[in-house]
Amino acid sequence: MSATLTSPEATTPGYWKSLSASRRTMIIWLGGLLVLSIVRIITDADDITSSGTISSTLRVATPILLAGLAGLWAERAGIVNIGIEGMMIVGTWCGGYGAWKYGSWAGIALAIIAGCLVGLLHALATVRFNVDHVVSGIAINTLAAGATEYLSIIFFKGKPGGGESQSPTGKGGYGEFDMPFLSGGPIGSWDTPDILSWFEKKKDWPLVPDLAGLIRGLTSDLYIPTVVAVAIVPLSVWILWKTRFGLRLRSSGESPQAGESLGVNIVRLRYQAMAVSGALASFAGAYLSCVFTSTYRQGQTGGQGFIGLATTIFGNWQPWGVFRGALLFGFPSALKFRAEKNVPALLVVFAVGLAILAVYMVSRKRNVIATSALAAAVCLVIAYNIIDDVPSEFVAATPYIVTVVVLAGARQKLRPPASAGQPYRPGDSH
Amino acid sequence: MKSARLQRAAVTAVSSLLAVGVALVISAIILLVTGKDPVKAFSTLFGAAGEPKVLQGMANRATPLMISAAAVAIGFKMNLFNIGVEGQMRVALLTTAVLGAAVELPPVLHVTFLFIVAMASGAIWSGIAGWLKVKRGVNEVISTIMLNFIALALVAWAFDDFFRVESSTQSLLVKTKDLPKSAWMPDIVDRRLNGMLFIAILVLIVFWVLIWKTKFGFRLRSSGGNAGAARATGVNPKKMIFISMLISGALAGLVGMRALMGDVHAYQNNLAEQQGFNGIAVALLGRNHPLGIFFSAMLFGFLGEASGRLQLEDIPKEISTIMTGIIVLAVVIINEAVKRWDDRRIQRKAAADLDAAKSANEAVTA
Repeated sequence: MSATLTSPEATTPGYWKSLSASRRTMIIWLGGLLVLSIVRIITDADDITSSGTISSTLRVATPILLAGLAGLWAERAGIVNIGIEGMMIVGTWCGGYGAWKYGSWAGIALAIIAGCLVGLLHALATVRFNVDHVVSGIAINTLAAGATEYLSIIFFKGKPGGGESQSPTGKGGYGEFDMPFLSGGPIGSWDTPDILSWFEKKKDWPLVPDLAGLIRGLTSDLYIPTVVAVAIVPLSVWILWKTRFGLRLRSSGESPQAGESLGVNIVRLRYQAMAVSGALASFAGAYLSCVFTSTYRQGQTGGQGFIGLATTIFGNWQPWGVFRGALLFGFPSALKFRAEKNVPALLVVFAVGLAILAVYMVSRKRNVIATSALAAAVCLVIAYNIIDDVPSEFVAATPYIVTVVVLAGARQKLRPPASAGQPYRPGDSH
Repeated sequence: MKSARLQRAAVTAVSSLLAVGVALVISAIILLVTGKDPVKAFSTLFGAAGEPKVLQGMANRATPLMISAAAVAIGFKMNLFNIGVEGQMRVALLTTAVLGAAVELPPVLHVTFLFIVAMASGAIWSGIAGWLKVKRGVNEVISTIMLNFIALALVAWAFDDFFRVESSTQSLLVKTKDLPKSAWMPDIVDRRLNGMLFIAILVLIVFWVLIWKTKFGFRLRSSGGNAGAARATGVNPKKMIFISMLISGALAGLVGMRALMGDVHAYQNNLAEQQGFNGIAVALLGRNHPLGIFFSAMLFGFLGEASGRLQLEDIPKEISTIMTGIIVLAVVIINEAVKRWDDRRIQRKAAADLDAAKSANEAVTA
């Protein structure tokens, strides 16, 4: 893998290279927002950057984010976790059960404990018994689906509001809040002014209402579990990159033999990482059954564990990358959910993105890719003008298509942990 | 040589049986903990084994599992993990249903045509993953997972927007146009056991011949076992990966044919659902060997068929899904444990032989 790793910096313009990483990130975000803003004005799709859409994007993206972080924690320690979906299923069930029996927070707590245990089961199989990581993950997915269906029949069937494939409604909520000043949240009994919503209404200005919508979307109608989930992103960065534990954990994913030779207890680290991974995945599930809705339903996860896995890859095994990926993958579904007639505008957004890619590829003298990107962009614009609604199947498939394209096209820029999924037995390298 | 191979086969068979035993024990514990009587559950389950109806149902359910397990196993032989059998099957199902209903052919020819279409469309879909692996170095596990979901969406969209027709008799069921009678696969036992079983067994025989009796199979196994050594003998590993991915996809295309040609005779949502995924468990339990796959498929088919009986005893039939999951985990764990034990046994034997030779040598020199 790393042998083919070429430096992408070599051919990019010098000015871009001279910028610091944080400035580059900011330019990319602002550029993206500018594209959205222009598309909004051209296509009259006012909802693509409204605070409502952004807010629901955040809500749709949270379980994907948590699942992606679950994948990141596992793979950073060297374990491929195909079982995220199964761990999420466990989380939805435990969340539903806990919220029904004891209240909303207990639901999440129960899910996290159960998720730890399932994560440890995966670690037991892959670390202790050296089972192929993918096989163990598949087994966990099967087991989780079977066990939750079985337990639902035993615990939920015949209860008021419950059934064979659904839990009774959970008790209690999570306290929704808005940020003061920015989004008009109260301080004490005083309702602060909702400044951003004023800016957001100036729809004929470029960029300003979009920025206001973005920030307002991220600061209004917040649930505490959402905030906690987002806070796990910088927390993961800090733990994995700034602490001794994190360094050791990453060494377990890059080269366990090297870590082992320095006296790191790889086996224990992998158990710990899988406990975290399982807890995160299960929290993602509980978010679906406790926060996003208030009942467990069979099949509620609907493949989001795998979208999480895709996000881990798309985010290049970096927490902020996973965050970006989760928002990006959650956005089309959220838009579909909130303002279906605005979804076709995404085709134009994609087209602009492809056009930018084409220009970039011309500058790198990759004319074949540039031409095909341009052709695809033209097709998308034509499609936008003919059709009046995007089939929901395409919205659902977008994350998977994007991931395949990224894997096929930008693999040089991806840096997976070198030893993820490799068999490892302590002491084998001596 | 012969006895060593026999010994290995015996060890394999015993460890697979052991895995099933472990799964039974753990399931019994789960039943006990949740307040159900395991003795009653298992006697209901295995008591059904004597009934011809259940046995026919078992063979019928085992049919697609044998094919999908063969599709997975051919990948395993090459160190490839094709998780995409489900997606490849789904693409093949819709393509075959649509093309099969569009042409008119004499009976046997029509069925053959459908098989060819199914295999070709399955192979095209798996070929994408093969191409990604060979040309772009994309891990096939990830790409086939993603392609599964893409296939699901693509097929659902194509079905909904282009190929669905309202059924005249059952207005609630939406299907594609019905296949003409000439494209049906006849039943062996009416409405219970379909003739596709013979095709599945044929697939397993061809699989065995291909993998163990041909030059191609030798190359496949050697590049799966030791890619470096295989390359040194002139095998092109990339070509082998691509070809085995195509064969795997072609077999995956056949998985849904029992449901399509032998049962529903049109494509509908959820047709043959999960049969691609379940092949993975069957291949693992069957240790990628045709005979093992045959028996494992029968076992899973039996669990699926007989678990319905549990409902009558007020025991959720989902216990059989739990058992499937435990079997998969148990079989790989036990295999590993047995392998370690076997390694140690061989090491100990070699050490003992060496010691004996040494002391004999010393005795001579002294």
